[in-house]
Amino acid sequence: MMVQIPTNVTLLRQILVSFIRNEVEKVGVHRVVVGLSGGVDSGLSAMLAAEALGPRNVMGIMMPYKSSNPESLAHAELVVRKSSIESLTVDITPQIDAYFERFPDADQKRRGNKMARERMTILYDHSARWNALVLGTSNKTELLLGYGTLYGDMASAINPLGDLYKTQIWALAEAVGVPEVIVQKQPSADLWAGQTDEGELGFSYREVDKLLYLMVDERYSRPELVTAGFPEKFIDEVTLRIMNSQFKRRLPVIAKVSQRTIDRDFRYARDWGK
Amino acid sequence: MTFKVAIAQINPRLGDLQSNLALYEEKIHRGVKEKADLLLFPELSLTGYFLRDMVPNVALKLSAPEIKELKKLSREVSFVAGLVEESSDYRFYNAAVYFEDGEIRHVHRKVYLPTYGMFDEQRYFARGDRVRAFDSKFGRIAVLICEDLWHPSTVYLAALDGAAAILCPSASPLRGITDQQVQDDNARYWELINGAYAETYGLFVIYGNRVGFEDGVGFWGGSELLDPAGRRIAKAKYYDEDFVIGEVNLEVVRRKRTMAPLLRDEDLDLTINELMRIRERPFQTRKDQGFKSSKVQKFKGSRVRGKKGKRHGSTALSGSPPKGQAKGKKKR
Repeated sequence: MMVQIPTNVTLLRQILVSFIRNEVEKVGVHRVVVGLSGGVDSGLSAMLAAEALGPRNVMGIMMPYKSSNPESLAHAELVVRKSSIESLTVDITPQIDAYFERFPDADQKRRGNKMARERMTILYDHSARWNALVLGTSNKTELLLGYGTLYGDMASAINPLGDLYKTQIWALAEAVGVPEVIVQKQPSADLWAGQTDEGELGFSYREVDKLLYLMVDERYSRPELVTAGFPEKFIDEVTLRIMNSQFKRRLPVIAKVSQRTIDRDFRYARDWGK
Repeated sequence: MTFKVAIAQINPRLGDLQSNLALYEEKIHRGVKEKADLLLFPELSLTGYFLRDMVPNVALKLSAPEIKELKKLSREVSFVAGLVEESSDYRFYNAAVYFEDGEIRHVHRKVYLPTYGMFDEQRYFARGDRVRAFDSKFGRIAVLICEDLWHPSTVYLAALDGAAAILCPSASPLRGITDQQVQDDNARYWELINGAYAETYGLFVIYGNRVGFEDGVGFWGGSELLDPAGRRIAKAKYYDEDFVIGEVNLEVVRRKRTMAPLLRDEDLDLTINELMRIRERPFQTRKDQGFKSSKVQKFKGSRVRGKKGKRHGSTALSGSPPKGQAKGKKKR
């Protein structure tokens, strides 16, 4: 079955630029900071923000670790040059190494998560320093699969990309002018040499996006997905991933004792009064 | 009769009455300056849309000072305001209030409160219980709010009640991206039905949608004024604030209805009879009732019985009998 995820880049660009401008300015600020990894998501997020707020109101912060691929930093700098945004580089090696000196047996996953969370604290610190919001870069594919660090790269004030599948990100990034070398390369969290998203996940983004699109957006049932040609094992694996990462997409669970509990029967929009 | 209608496609602040009231004032002055006779504001544009627990805090009794202020403003131009109305028994309605010459001439309380997908209106609002056209100084018109229009019955009623124009304040979120379309899929659908209603019922459709974002949800704008031939006389920008004006000429309604007297030819009795039959016993497929055979039962048509008729009587109905009786029925 041919699955075509609609990707009207002109319309998406118009909506997302408008979203960033609206949601930033109503808070009473006009700037954002964004972590630049050298990948396509953060590159796209930064360039959309530059279009919405003006490049001088966007700061791309690069936060390499000693084992990061030097290519990542070079690619992030490409985005900075192309979009003329402000930039800052903060090497996170000292703070990471200082911590893991006490816990030398930590595995790659713990180290990776720690790095993601250190980067988050740096972004939030600079958002306070610069009177800016933290701009998110997580896409719908990784949010659904739970392929991100809670309170790490998943943390942000506003996220223009959270409802776009990776396939859509690629198309939009190309249209917006994210340097081609970034759009074309294999996505990687760059936590260790040779790591790629698709290698770690065990399937390609293009394949899983089709499945997610039919499952989530079009509400196909399991039998309908099987009929559409997806292997049962693949469907079940992805379903389980979504279910098991639901906690990452929710606020912490609060024990209800009062009449009005935050987010259960105390319900207000975040844009309350704005 | 000819009059000028303006649509204020605004971006209100969520839960900030005073700021939105100032925005109303600004647009009303603009309407006066541009010689509009009637001005349409979007749904809940005096309060913002995703109000949730803010509803009781922004609700206005029709005796509230803010309403007095609006009445005053309507001395210069008639307008439809979108707000939360609080009734004397403390219910909150998603309402559209029509102000004219310093007075309230009509209040429409939204009948169809969407409570699915991203919507949660029935959790916070009481449901309106009437659809009425009313006489304004511009002729007979009707106000229906957003989702009301997704139920063709409301427009049908308004048209049969004599409305020559439907004013529809809306707060419609953008959603659904389609390739090769300049607007989102929801906008496309709205434009389709607005045009269809205008042509089908031979009336003007004046649709006022808002813009801006609330918690990431954007509103698509694209407000429009359509004549009874389905032509777009005025069209506002998508996704951005705008203020558009168009002329409504009721002679066009006359011409259109002369050429295609569809409303004249409506068989009200037929519709009422069929509706009463359907209400008495909603249509059920044989499959719903557990029949294996696909043989279609004959409809023993008859008029609906009078008020004394049993609500669940079945002899006059086409519906299938309960399971146990199936056999006997077949033999007859």
